[in-house]
Amino acid sequence: MLNALDTAEYLDHVTVRDARKNFHGNILVYVHWEDHLSFCAAIAFPLPPTLSFGALVSDVIAPAYAAHPDAARIDWSKVEWQIDGVRMVPDLSLSLEANGLGHKSLLRFKTPGLHGWKGSAN
Amino acid sequence: MTPKKLGLKQRYALMTRGLDWETTYQPMDKVFPYDRFEGIKIKDWSAWEDPFRLTMDAYWKFQGEKERKLYAVLDAFAQNNGQTGISDARYTNVLKLFLTGVSPLEYQAHRGFAFAGRHLRGVGPRVAAQMQSLDELRHVQTQIHTISHYNKYFDGLSEFRHMHDRVWYLSVPKSFFDDARTAGPFEYMIAIGFAFEYVLTNLLFVPFMSGAAYNGDMSTVTFGFSAQSDESRHMTLGIEVIKFLLEQDADNLPIVQRWVDKWFWRGHRVLGLVAMMMDYMLPKKVMSWKEAWEIYFTEAGGSLFTDLARYGLKVPKYADVATADAEHISHQNWATFYQYTHAAAFHTWMPDRAHMDWLSEKYPNTFDKYYRPRFEMWAEMEKQGQRFYNNSLPQLCQVCQIPMVYTEPGDPTKIAFRCSQVEGETYHFCSDGCKDIFDAEPQKYVQAWMPVQQIFQGNCGGASIPDVLAWYRLNAGADNMDYVGSPDEKLWNDWHAAAARAAG
Amino acid sequence: MAQIASITLLHNDDARPIIEAILADNPGCRVLNMPGAVKLDRDDELVVRRASVEARIGRAWDPQELQLVIVSMAGNLDEDDDHFTLSWKH
Repeated sequence: MLNALDTAEYLDHVTVRDARKNFHGNILVYVHWEDHLSFCAAIAFPLPPTLSFGALVSDVIAPAYAAHPDAARIDWSKVEWQIDGVRMVPDLSLSLEANGLGHKSLLRFKTPGLHGWKGSAN
Repeated sequence: MTPKKLGLKQRYALMTRGLDWETTYQPMDKVFPYDRFEGIKIKDWSAWEDPFRLTMDAYWKFQGEKERKLYAVLDAFAQNNGQTGISDARYTNVLKLFLTGVSPLEYQAHRGFAFAGRHLRGVGPRVAAQMQSLDELRHVQTQIHTISHYNKYFDGLSEFRHMHDRVWYLSVPKSFFDDARTAGPFEYMIAIGFAFEYVLTNLLFVPFMSGAAYNGDMSTVTFGFSAQSDESRHMTLGIEVIKFLLEQDADNLPIVQRWVDKWFWRGHRVLGLVAMMMDYMLPKKVMSWKEAWEIYFTEAGGSLFTDLARYGLKVPKYADVATADAEHISHQNWATFYQYTHAAAFHTWMPDRAHMDWLSEKYPNTFDKYYRPRFEMWAEMEKQGQRFYNNSLPQLCQVCQIPMVYTEPGDPTKIAFRCSQVEGETYHFCSDGCKDIFDAEPQKYVQAWMPVQQIFQGNCGGASIPDVLAWYRLNAGADNMDYVGSPDEKLWNDWHAAAARAAG
Repeated sequence: MAQIASITLLHNDDARPIIEAILADNPGCRVLNMPGAVKLDRDDELVVRRASVEARIGRAWDPQELQLVIVSMAGNLDEDDDHFTLSWKH
C-alpha cells in the first residue's frame, strides 16, 4: 500500500494526467479571439501536430467562431497572432509544430478593426 | 440538601474532558499518524475551548427538535402542493444547481470531519469535529429529502449524484472538496472549518435562503436555515481552530497564513456559482451578490481579520482582487452557462429589460459598460432565430477548474491568462490566486481530473456532445437548453392555465 | 472602523421575544430585515440575556435554546447559563 506520508513514495506515484501521450497522437491547443468575450474563454482543440496552420485557420478556428456577427468580416491576412505570449507571423503551409505550437500552447489572435459588438469587446 | 445544578461550564468540562487516554501498547504517533506531517506544532491540546460548550446529550436534544420542525414544514409543503406557489418555475433551476453542486459537498464535509474527528489527537476538537460530521450528514439528507419533492415535477434533478462526479461545471465544487479532503487534518479544518464556514458560508446560506423564502419556497428556506443553525456552531469551531493553532506555536503562523490565502481564494471562486444564482436565477431578488459580498465579506470579514491581526495573521492575499471581482463574477458566469446551455443540467435565459435595469442599478460601474451589450447582442440574435451557442469546449483553469472566463484585474475586456511550467508541461490558470496555489503544490494539481481534457482523451463516453451528455445521464431536450420551450415551462404554464380556469 | 458583532435569527414566533430582548439590552443595535430572517448588528459587542428573554416569554429559558433559531453570527462567543455574548473586545 502506498504510504502518502513518505514524500519519495508519493512523488513516485504522481501521474501527469494530461501528458501529451494521453491524447492519441494529438496535441491540445488553446485559441483565443481578443476583444470578443461573448466567447467566454479560450477554446480547446485536440489537433494533429502535423496539421498545417492554414488548415487550422480555415477548418478549425473560422468555423468555431462563425456564430459571431464579426466573424464574416475577418480578413485573415491582417490577423495578428501570438503564441504563448510571443508575437509571430505564421507560415500557413507549415505544420502547427513547425510554427511553434506545442502541447497546451495558447494561440491568441487580434482582428484589426473588429472589436466586438458595437466595439464593446463582446 | 439537594445537590446544586452544575453550571454550563462545569457540565461541558465533565462531559468532554477525560474521555481520551494515553495509549500503552501502541505509540500515540502510530495511532494518530496524520497530525504531525503538515508541520503544525501543538504543545497543549487541553487549551482547546469550545465556546458553545455543547455536550452530546444537549446536541441530540436540539438536533431532534430541529428535525421535527423541518419535517413538519416539508409535510405541509407537499400536502399543499407548495411547488405550484413558487414565484416562477425558473426558480427551480437554483435547486438543480444546489442539489447537483452543493448537496454532495455536505456529504464530503461529513466524511472530512469524520476524518478530522478521528485523527486529531486532542479530545476537545475531536468532539466538535464529530458533531459537525453528524450535522453535515443531516444536511445532505434533509436537502435530498426536501428537493425530492421537486423531482416529482421538474427535470434536471434525478441524476444529481451521478452528475456530480462527471459534469464539467460540477467538477468545480467537487474538486474544491477533493482538494480539502486530500489535505492533512489541520489544513482541512482551516479550509472548511475556517475559510469556508466562517468567512464564506454566510454568502451561500443567508441571502440565498432568504431568497428561497422570498420566492415562495417554504421547504428550501426551512432546510436552509435549519442547516444554518448548525453553521453557527461550525463557524465557532472554525474561529476556535485558527486561534488555537496560532496560540500554540509561532511557527504555525506562516503555514496557517498560506492555507487561509489558498482557501479564501478557492472558496471565492466556487461561490461564483452562488453569485450567479442570486443575480440571475432568483426570479424575485433579495440583494445583489455585490451587496452580499459587502455585508458578509467586507464588513464581517473586516471585523474578523482585525481581531486575528493580534496573532500576526493578515487579510487573505488577493482579498482586494476578490472584492473587485464581485462587480463582475455573476455576469461572467451567467454568460458562460448561457452559451453552454446545451451542456448544462438546468435552464438558462437572457435577462429581460426590467431585470437588466435592476442589474444596472446594482452594478452601476460595470453592467451597462461591459455586460449589457453582450446580453443585448444575444437577445438580438435570439430574435433573429440565431440563438448564440458556443459549440467548442473551453480552456479550463488547472486549479479551480472553471473555464478561463475571468478578466484581468482592472481590465474587464481582457481575459486573464497565467501559466506555469513543471517538468516540461504547461499549466494554465485563470488568476494569480490560482497560480500561487498551483506553484506551492504542483505535484498535487498536475493530477487534476480536468473535464475538457478527459473528453479529449476519450474517457467520457465518446467524442460528440450527445455521447458526453449521455455519459453525464443528462436527458437532452429536457434537462438542458433555455427555459423558454422547456418541459418545465410547459408544466408551469399548464398549472397556471388550470388555476385560471378553476378561478373562472 | 468599528468591528461589528452580529447575530442573525429566524423571523418567527420563537425568535421574536429574543429579538425584542436584544434590542432592549443593546443600545445602538441596527436591524436588517430580510425575508425569513433578521440580522442584528452592533459595534464591538452584542449580548443576549437570559433574564430579559424570560421576562418576555414567562418561562425559564436556557441560552442554548438559541440553537433552534440562530442563523448566523459574528464575534467571539462567550456563553454560560445567564448570557450569550458576541464580542470583539479582549
